[in-house]
Amino acid sequence: MAAPILRCARPGRCWSLDYRPRRSRALFAEPVPGRVRGQSSAAAQEPRPGAHEWAAVVGLEIHAQISSNSKLFSGSQVTFLAPPNSLVSFFDASLPGTLPVLNRRCVEAAVMTGLALNCTVNKKSLFDRKHYFYADLPAGYQITQQRLPIAVNGSLTYSLGVGAQWSPSATKTVRIKQIQLEQDSGKSLHDDTRSQTLIDLNRAGVGLMEVVMEPDMSCGNEAATAVRELQLILRALGTSQANMAEGQLRVDANVSVHHPGEPLGVRTEVKNLNSIRFLAKAIDYEIQRQIEELQNGGKILNETRAFDEKLGCTVSMRDKEGKQDYRFMPEPNLPPLILYDAESLPVAADPQQVVNIDWIRERLPELPSVTRGRLVEQYGILPEHSFVLLNEDGLLEFFQTVMKETRAEPKKVIGWILTIFLGYLKQRNLAVSESPLSPSSLAELLNLLDSKVISLPAAKQVFEELWQNQGKTPGQIIREKKLELLQNQEELEEICQAVLAKHPQQVMAVKNGNQKVVNKLIGIVRRATGGRADPGRIKQILEKQLQ
Amino acid sequence: MWRRTFRATLRAGLGPGATGAVAGAPGARVGSCRFAGSDSEKAAGPSPGGRVSAELIEHLERLALVDFRNREGVARLQAAIEFAGQLRAVDTDGVEPMESVLEDRCLYLRADEVVEGSCAEDLLQNSQQTVEEYFVAPLGNITLPKQSEQHPVLKS
Repeated sequence: MAAPILRCARPGRCWSLDYRPRRSRALFAEPVPGRVRGQSSAAAQEPRPGAHEWAAVVGLEIHAQISSNSKLFSGSQVTFLAPPNSLVSFFDASLPGTLPVLNRRCVEAAVMTGLALNCTVNKKSLFDRKHYFYADLPAGYQITQQRLPIAVNGSLTYSLGVGAQWSPSATKTVRIKQIQLEQDSGKSLHDDTRSQTLIDLNRAGVGLMEVVMEPDMSCGNEAATAVRELQLILRALGTSQANMAEGQLRVDANVSVHHPGEPLGVRTEVKNLNSIRFLAKAIDYEIQRQIEELQNGGKILNETRAFDEKLGCTVSMRDKEGKQDYRFMPEPNLPPLILYDAESLPVAADPQQVVNIDWIRERLPELPSVTRGRLVEQYGILPEHSFVLLNEDGLLEFFQTVMKETRAEPKKVIGWILTIFLGYLKQRNLAVSESPLSPSSLAELLNLLDSKVISLPAAKQVFEELWQNQGKTPGQIIREKKLELLQNQEELEEICQAVLAKHPQQVMAVKNGNQKVVNKLIGIVRRATGGRADPGRIKQILEKQLQ
Repeated sequence: MWRRTFRATLRAGLGPGATGAVAGAPGARVGSCRFAGSDSEKAAGPSPGGRVSAELIEHLERLALVDFRNREGVARLQAAIEFAGQLRAVDTDGVEPMESVLEDRCLYLRADEVVEGSCAEDLLQNSQQTVEEYFVAPLGNITLPKQSEQHPVLKS
C-alpha cells in the first residue's frame, strides 16, 4: 500500500528533540524547575549535556476570506477576477458619510467555523478600529474585533502522516486562541520603474476570519498539516474556499527557538507564504536560521521576515519602523454583536435579525474527521486510506464515483486509486481534476478485471492506454490489443506442454525437488501467452503436467 | 484628514478662554493618561505637572499624521487634555465602563446580497492621479522627516 502522500507538506524534521509534556513549552517564561539540578550556577552559555538540543515553537495567524456574495460591511460583490475598482462601494472607498452595515452571512460563517473548531462562541462581541496608514486601507483604519472576538478557546486536531505507519501518538492538537471578524485591505501593485503604487480596492472590505493558533507546533510539517486540516474543515463547512494560491487563505507564522526547559526565545514573524509547501519550507528555514544565528553567538531580532520562494529563504522586511501603535478604539458606528441560542432567543424576533448558535450547530456539515471515520466504516478501508482520500483534492469524489459504478470490492478499488491512479498523477504533477482518465472508465476496467475477463498485468496495460486519453473505452482497448484472458483450457495446456518441452533442465530441477523453478516456468508461460493467462491457472496446469 | 483632527482639538479646547478655567482643576490626579489608548506604552501621556512632552507630540504626529505645527497647537492639546481630566472627579469604582453609546441598540444584520459597486468611474474622479482604473499612490509609506528637521519651535 502506498504511503499516504501529503501533497503539499515536505516531510521535514521536527526540531523539537524534547519529548517532555507540553507544559515545558508553555507560554510563561519561568524555566522548568529542576533543570539546574546538579549543575553549576555559571552563565547559560556554558555547554552542558543537552544544551545542544533545540526546541522550536511555531504559532500561526491565519486569515481566511469568507465565502459570501457581498462584503463584510457593504453590499459590493466578492469575487476573484474583476476589472480594477469595479467591486467597490462608497463605503469601501471610505467616502465621508458612509457607514458599515454588518453582513449576516459573515456572522454565520464565523459562528460555524468557531463551532467546528470547538470554540466558545461569545454571545456578545465587539468591533474595534485598528489604525495604521497605508494606501490600500482607504479609511486609515481596519474594523476588527480586538477586545472581544466572536469565538475563543478552541482546538484543532490533526494527524501527522509521515510514512506508512500510523500510531496514536501521531495525532496532535493545537489550541485556537480566537476567531475574529475583520475587513480585508485592498491590493497594491508596486511599480518600481515609475516609483508609484497602483491601488485596486476590489478586495477592500471583504470579510475575513482571523484564526489565531497558539504556539503549540514545533516544526514546518506540523504547521503545514494543521493548516491543511483547517483548509479541509473550512471547505467542508463552505465558509471559505481557503485557496492559498488565490489569496483566500493567508498564513503568517511566528517562529522562535529555545533550549528545552529554558524560556521561549525572541520570535520573528514570517509572511508572504503562498502555499502549504512553502509554509513548511519557510518555517523550517527560519528555525534553522535562528539556531545557527544563536549558535554563532548572534541575537534574534523581533522582526518581520518575508519568504523568498526562489531563494528558499526568509529575508528581513525593513519596511516597518519599530513597533506599531495601532491605537485601538471601539468602532463607534456599530453596537455590540449579540448572538442567541435556543434558550435566550427572544420570542417575537425577526428571524433575519437573529443568529441562533444552536440552530447553526444542528446544521453543521460533516467535518473531515467524521468523514474519515465514516469512510472506514462504510467501505472497510484503513484509516490511512481515508486520510489520503481526503487530503488529495477531488480524490474522494473520484473514488465514490468509481464505487458507484463498479462491482469490485472497495479494498481493490482503493488499491488501484491510491497506488496506480495517484501514482500516475503524482509522476506527472497533475491534480485529480486534470486526470485524463474518468471515474467511469476506471470503473469499467475494474469490472472487467473483477469478472476475470483480463488479468492484472493486462489491466495495468489497459490503464496505461486509457491514460493516453484517445477516447477509447476499456472494452475497445482490450479487443484491439487482444488482451483477454486465455480461458480455453486446452490451449493453455498446449502452451504449457510446449514450454516444458523447451526447458528440460528446469523440468529435471523441479522433479528433483526445486520448487522455485516452477515460478520461473510460470513466468516463461506467461510471456509465451503474452500476459493473457492467469498465473494461478498456469501454476495449476504446470503442477499437474510436472507430476 | 489631519486638518479635521486639528479642528477637533480646537473645539475640545473651547478656545483660549478655557485654559484659565481648567488650570485650577481640583485634585486632578495625574496618573498615566487613560485615554491615550491601550498599547502606547512609550508615550504614556502627560507627565506629572500636566505638560505634554515633545516625545508624545512627535509620536502622535507620526501615528495620526496630524501636524501640531506651533506652540499654540500644543497648548490647545494641553488644554483639551486638562478639560477632559475633570472626569476624574467622578468615582467610578465598581462601575462597568460603557463601551459605546449604542450598547442598547440592536446591530442590524444585512442580507448577503450584492446591491452596490460598479461605480469605478465615479470613484476614480476623486483621485488626482489614476492609471488605467487604478488609484495611484506613492511607493510604500513615506517616512516623516525627523524631529530635528522639523519646526524648531517644538524642540522645547
